[in-house]
Amino acid sequence: MKSSLALLTAIGIAGLTQFASAGDITGTVTLNGTPPAEREITPLENDPACGKLHDGQKVFTTFYVVGANKGLGDVIVMLKGVPAKAADASTPPAVMNQKGCLYDPQILAIQTGQNLVVKNSDPSAVPMHNIRINPTAPANKDAFSTKISQVQMSGGADLTYNFPAPENFLKFQCDVHNWMFAWVTVVDNPYFAVTDKDGKYTIKNVPAGKYKIVALHRKAAPDGVEKDVDVSASGASQDFTIDVK
Amino acid sequence: MNESQNNRWLHRFAVLTAVATLALIGIGGLVTSHGAGMSVPDWPTSYGYNPFLLPLSKWWHVGNVFYEHSHRLFASGVGFLTTILMVWLWIKDPRKWMKWLGVAAFLAVVLQGVLGGLRVILFKDQIGIFHATLAQLFFVLTCAIAMFTSQWWTRSAEIRNPPTSRDSASPHNGKPSVAGLGNPSAIRNPVPAPARKLQRLFLFTAFLILFQLILGATMRHQHAGLSISDFPLAHGKLWPATDPASVARYNEDRIEITSVNPITAFQIQLQMVHRIVALLILAAVAACAWRARRTGLAKPAAFWLCLIVGQAALGAATVLSDKAADIATAHVLVGALSLATGAILSIVAVRLPQFVVSAAAENALAGSSGAKIDAAGHVSAAHRA
Repeated sequence: MKSSLALLTAIGIAGLTQFASAGDITGTVTLNGTPPAEREITPLENDPACGKLHDGQKVFTTFYVVGANKGLGDVIVMLKGVPAKAADASTPPAVMNQKGCLYDPQILAIQTGQNLVVKNSDPSAVPMHNIRINPTAPANKDAFSTKISQVQMSGGADLTYNFPAPENFLKFQCDVHNWMFAWVTVVDNPYFAVTDKDGKYTIKNVPAGKYKIVALHRKAAPDGVEKDVDVSASGASQDFTIDVK
Repeated sequence: MNESQNNRWLHRFAVLTAVATLALIGIGGLVTSHGAGMSVPDWPTSYGYNPFLLPLSKWWHVGNVFYEHSHRLFASGVGFLTTILMVWLWIKDPRKWMKWLGVAAFLAVVLQGVLGGLRVILFKDQIGIFHATLAQLFFVLTCAIAMFTSQWWTRSAEIRNPPTSRDSASPHNGKPSVAGLGNPSAIRNPVPAPARKLQRLFLFTAFLILFQLILGATMRHQHAGLSISDFPLAHGKLWPATDPASVARYNEDRIEITSVNPITAFQIQLQMVHRIVALLILAAVAACAWRARRTGLAKPAAFWLCLIVGQAALGAATVLSDKAADIATAHVLVGALSLATGAILSIVAVRLPQFVVSAAAENALAGSSGAKIDAAGHVSAAHRA
């Protein structure tokens, strides 16, 4: 009895210690330079069904989400070189929605083995979306060799994707509405985040240690901007500046 | 209805098939211009339906499904017309080679349908290049069949090879044509050197246009949008930079509104070659028009030149409009017409050389018999029987 209690206490202390030695990495990604102007998605506006879903409003591309103080949104920030760890069954699924004949969000990051649920929230006036994925990693290609293109009718069941291999900016597109496209970055560890509209990010519970951290933007930095970060029990802070050439 | 009237209806049906084929190329062009090639992901069914039974609500003005499904339906129609044409030619045309030409057209349209289907179910953009090229060649074939079934061709062929009374292959059942009388020496003389050069120039130019169309099909089926977005310069230069850093910058600067593949150095080089070959074609067709100006092909060659000038303008407009679908498709259509015109002119030049011999040269050859032939191969009235 006493030895069991001691063992349990030791395990608890070990767990608390590990948790206590993990911290969050926070930071801000800012844009340096003037990005190209976003363009009006006229094919969407002119589509008889999809155009009506935007109440006559103009719809623009969103390649550069630039917020206050030039904070840059939709940047994937992730750790490199950490041991690979796929998501387990307890990891909640990521969700991507098709609404107003657009993907929401357009930039998404998930972990290898994590479910990605794709919903179709568009009304019956838009009879279907036809989701095509474009994996380049061989394992992802093999996993979806028979499901590269999947039809999702209006009101139809959700589609679920689960990628076994890391891959940056895996493109999703709709072959019925070819202005619809999104990019999913698959990360082989749990330490990643996507910046919000003001360029801010938080990567939670990173074990103390020294790491490589990289920030990727679909247009301005598709290969990433890499830095070193030293995480202590209290966490770390790492900002990035991405230049528009 | 006598045989001559039957042949006229056969000719009209052949013309209808050629016109329908051109329309089909236009619809197919819209499919690629709108990036709609994969919008119906199954084949030969369409979203699981028999393609003729797909409910209107699932394709009529439904995004890209509208273009792809329309293309499939229209293609079925052209296949049907081609089948009828093949049967009609087999039954009614006395020329053995024409019967087999009809069979070739049928096999080509079947192959074209299979290529289109495989492109979809195998997700192979490269098959789209063959599909596009065969479409152009099939159009040339239908135009040729339309020409060969015309009374004009029959009459003109008899000037070249006047039938004898025992010639049962002639549609006129062995009766010598009026045009064949009185000038046997003129017809049987070898083709003069200038005319042979013109024949070769027509042939070379037609093949150059075919090469250009293959280039264009390869460009379009990269599905990368415009690899060069300015004209007449290319990324601001006479010859654009294609090093990795420059290509990365082009991709970064491009704000695409449709789902296109990234620009690559190969695509940029492809478009530059396409622009250069366009200039070569313009020069070659202009040379054909100039050399043919005193022959029976003067007007068609001039029309060909007008087509090419229009095609060059459409090419520039395709770039300057950021590849607007209607302009890009018009560029495809005029390209098809340019190839067909060149092919027809080449066939006429080679098979009916009287049309590439200038009237002056022909009359010099016929001088001893006192006969006179104009540039269209017509015998002067004084020598008609």
